[in-house]
Amino acid sequence: MAALDVNGKSVQANADPRTPLLWVLRDTLGLTGTKYGCGISQCGACTVHVDGVATRSCQMPLSAAAGKKITTIEGLAQNGKLNKIQEAWLANDVPQCGYCQSGMIMAATALLAAKPQPTDADIDAAMTNICRCGTYQQVREAIHAAAKA
Amino acid sequence: MTIQTSLGRRGFLASGAAVAGGFSLGFSFPWASAQAAEVQELNAWVVIHPDDKVVIRIARSEMGQGTLTGLAQLVAEELECDWSKVTTEFPTPGENLRRGRIWKNYSTGGSRGIRESNQYVREGGAIAREMLIAAAAAEWKVPAAECTAANSKVTHSSGKSATYGQLAAAAAKLEPPKEVKLKDPKDWKIAGKPLKRLDTLPKLTGEMIYGIDVRLPGMLTASVRACPVHGGKLKTFDAAKVEKMPGVKKVVAIDGNAVAVIADTYWNAKQALDKLPVEWDVGKLGEVQQEQIAAMLKEGLTATEAFVGNKAGDAKAAIEGAARKVEAVYAFPWQSHANMEPMNATALYTPDKCEVWCGTQNGEAALAATSEAAELPISKCDVYKQMLGTGFGRRGRTDYVRQAVLVAKQMPGTPIKLIWSREEDMTHDTYHPTTMCRLVGGLDAQGNVVGMHMRISGQSIAAALAPQTLQNGKDPGVFSALNAGGQESAFAYNMPNLLIDHALRQPHLTPGAWRGVNSNQNAFYSECFIDELAEAAGQDPLAFRLKMLKPKNAAALKAAADKAGYGQPLPAGHFHGISQIMAYGSYVAAVAEVSVSNDGVLKVHKITAAIDPGHIVNPAQTERQVAGSFVYGLSAALYGEITIKDGAVEQTNFDSYNVLRMDGMPKVEAVMAPSGGFWGGVGEPTIVVAVPAVLNGVYKATGKRVRILPLMHQELRKGA
Repeated sequence: MAALDVNGKSVQANADPRTPLLWVLRDTLGLTGTKYGCGISQCGACTVHVDGVATRSCQMPLSAAAGKKITTIEGLAQNGKLNKIQEAWLANDVPQCGYCQSGMIMAATALLAAKPQPTDADIDAAMTNICRCGTYQQVREAIHAAAKA
Repeated sequence: MTIQTSLGRRGFLASGAAVAGGFSLGFSFPWASAQAAEVQELNAWVVIHPDDKVVIRIARSEMGQGTLTGLAQLVAEELECDWSKVTTEFPTPGENLRRGRIWKNYSTGGSRGIRESNQYVREGGAIAREMLIAAAAAEWKVPAAECTAANSKVTHSSGKSATYGQLAAAAAKLEPPKEVKLKDPKDWKIAGKPLKRLDTLPKLTGEMIYGIDVRLPGMLTASVRACPVHGGKLKTFDAAKVEKMPGVKKVVAIDGNAVAVIADTYWNAKQALDKLPVEWDVGKLGEVQQEQIAAMLKEGLTATEAFVGNKAGDAKAAIEGAARKVEAVYAFPWQSHANMEPMNATALYTPDKCEVWCGTQNGEAALAATSEAAELPISKCDVYKQMLGTGFGRRGRTDYVRQAVLVAKQMPGTPIKLIWSREEDMTHDTYHPTTMCRLVGGLDAQGNVVGMHMRISGQSIAAALAPQTLQNGKDPGVFSALNAGGQESAFAYNMPNLLIDHALRQPHLTPGAWRGVNSNQNAFYSECFIDELAEAAGQDPLAFRLKMLKPKNAAALKAAADKAGYGQPLPAGHFHGISQIMAYGSYVAAVAEVSVSNDGVLKVHKITAAIDPGHIVNPAQTERQVAGSFVYGLSAALYGEITIKDGAVEQTNFDSYNVLRMDGMPKVEAVMAPSGGFWGGVGEPTIVVAVPAVLNGVYKATGKRVRILPLMHQELRKGA
């Protein structure tokens, strides 16, 4: 049993401390918005914020997440209001299948927090998430739009 | 007809995404707001609520390609309803069977979702509209001809009006009209417009439920491993070694070729599976190496026996007598789909019922697979379709559904979610077929093509998966984009003497549908070779093509070339490569702007594409399909290859099977060039032109012809 701070709430996670945070979120806490894509920190579908830093949750054991502030895709909107990245995603109609988009949005939110006016090169460096539908052009446009918003 | 829409028939999904009765849905809850009220089904496609909400039924699957939104636009256009009141739902394949297949075909592949069903879904919308008008006319005792429908209202010439919600109950009791006239696409107000997708919001908040997200009360999770060598068998496994591990409930064998661990969570199941001692019986297949496969394909390039796909005149004689002869050999490797969401399905089996929740491109095939695996009549089974984390042809297969049912069957009454690890997914795919191609072309003294022979050697999907569809052994699908004629995938050039044939060589790795599939290699082979012929003829690749192209192909190529400024000066070191094709009923072309640095690094700056699918239902989504298809196609061309060692697939994850990411994404500009009069596909056609356009640009930049993919193995450095 480990105490976690997820989306501003204290929760108890009954799982082996070596369990990756991804599977604790999905299977133990029922937060399925964070996706499994590769399990080896390659694709970014499982990206969450750990103390504000974009982190691939498939490679972070529960023991390392305990005591840290975890934010998942479910925790971005506040009182039903989307954050500005989500708003830009909606306005630009970014997702196709949408499976990678939780991770994309988490990575983009962290990017804008660190660099409010990112260049294309900043976007290339920060957004290493895989999208098989090929939404990269819309992702880039939406990040720029959010930066201007 | 009134349908009962309460959750009572079956409502229990723990996640909050309801699966009820004969309908499964990801993002609309038509019954949530109107459980008590009577909801009116006007016909298979249109349901209207008292509050004017319109539910449009979608039989085809949504996997990101936007078909759900496009089909809804077509129905709404004819229905004349308020687009802001539209939601959608998926009728289950079981419900379809119970109702005499009123939703017809569920299969969503081959870029057919809209083009194959547009006629009857538009008629569904038009029939419902006519019934609403008739109901209003009867109510007001006026001729129907004096009433018009628009924006979810019927209005009489006197000014009287009623909303669809008010009219629906009376309309539903009427006999549907036998014939309706569909609108001319030039009068479209909802269809043909760049409307936003209907399914975006829940994809931004984590609420969208994909197959892998399904949660049912008491559900357990299974992790599976099939024999690493395709065609091999399970010999033995030692369940006792892992049965005491945390969360483990049961270890089961399925189909004699796979073993699964059932546990409380995926992680616990996977941990136990990784520690489970398993022995496989792979026989001679365990000795197969990649070099043998290459040799097998190479032998077919000159074999005497081959199936003829397209023949005009006498190509061999014409080439023999030509002033100039050009010859080249190309090769296309196996590709994995690498779907973003790994294969998974959830099954609940009892001795008299079996239900499955999954993403599938073919709900009816998934239902049939469920029935077969459960050994229950199909009437006692159903499949609840979930959102797909991509399809690309992979989810038209039902192997993962069968596995889930076979596992669940060994724990009756307990819902079991079977999830493939990424490694399982990549090593047990049905792969983009591998082929090689030998091309020989003859030119006369003026540089005109007098003959061309294209010999394809390699795999056939039909031979592997649907041998009953072969025509005396021949797989017509192999000749995609190379056929003599027809509305689907005709060879684009007029050549006096032509021979395109196929020597079937079938290594053991199972091939399957893949975005663009056979058109991919056929465009790579033919469009790069056409550039080789143009070079030999000393002519510009565009002018050389235009001399031989059929009109619609030429128009698409010119549209792309004009938009890209082909022939105009480019930045220093930048070069244009071009290609065109007809595939999936559409005419497409691309101009790629590329550069290659002195140390051999390729950069694709921009691809300008043109697409003529006859009609375009949503230009914004079509543009996204064009750009997305390029990402998928270029990923394969740059990095993609599946190879065999000791009979097994070597690549296991995105570290050994790389794909295009943000930093490699070219700017994509898409020219919408619908010429009307036919319905072509959109999801796939453009994928096939990206690769030859890029490679033809690479030749201009480097003087190097890339004939073997993936490109990452090719040396593009100057002087190397």
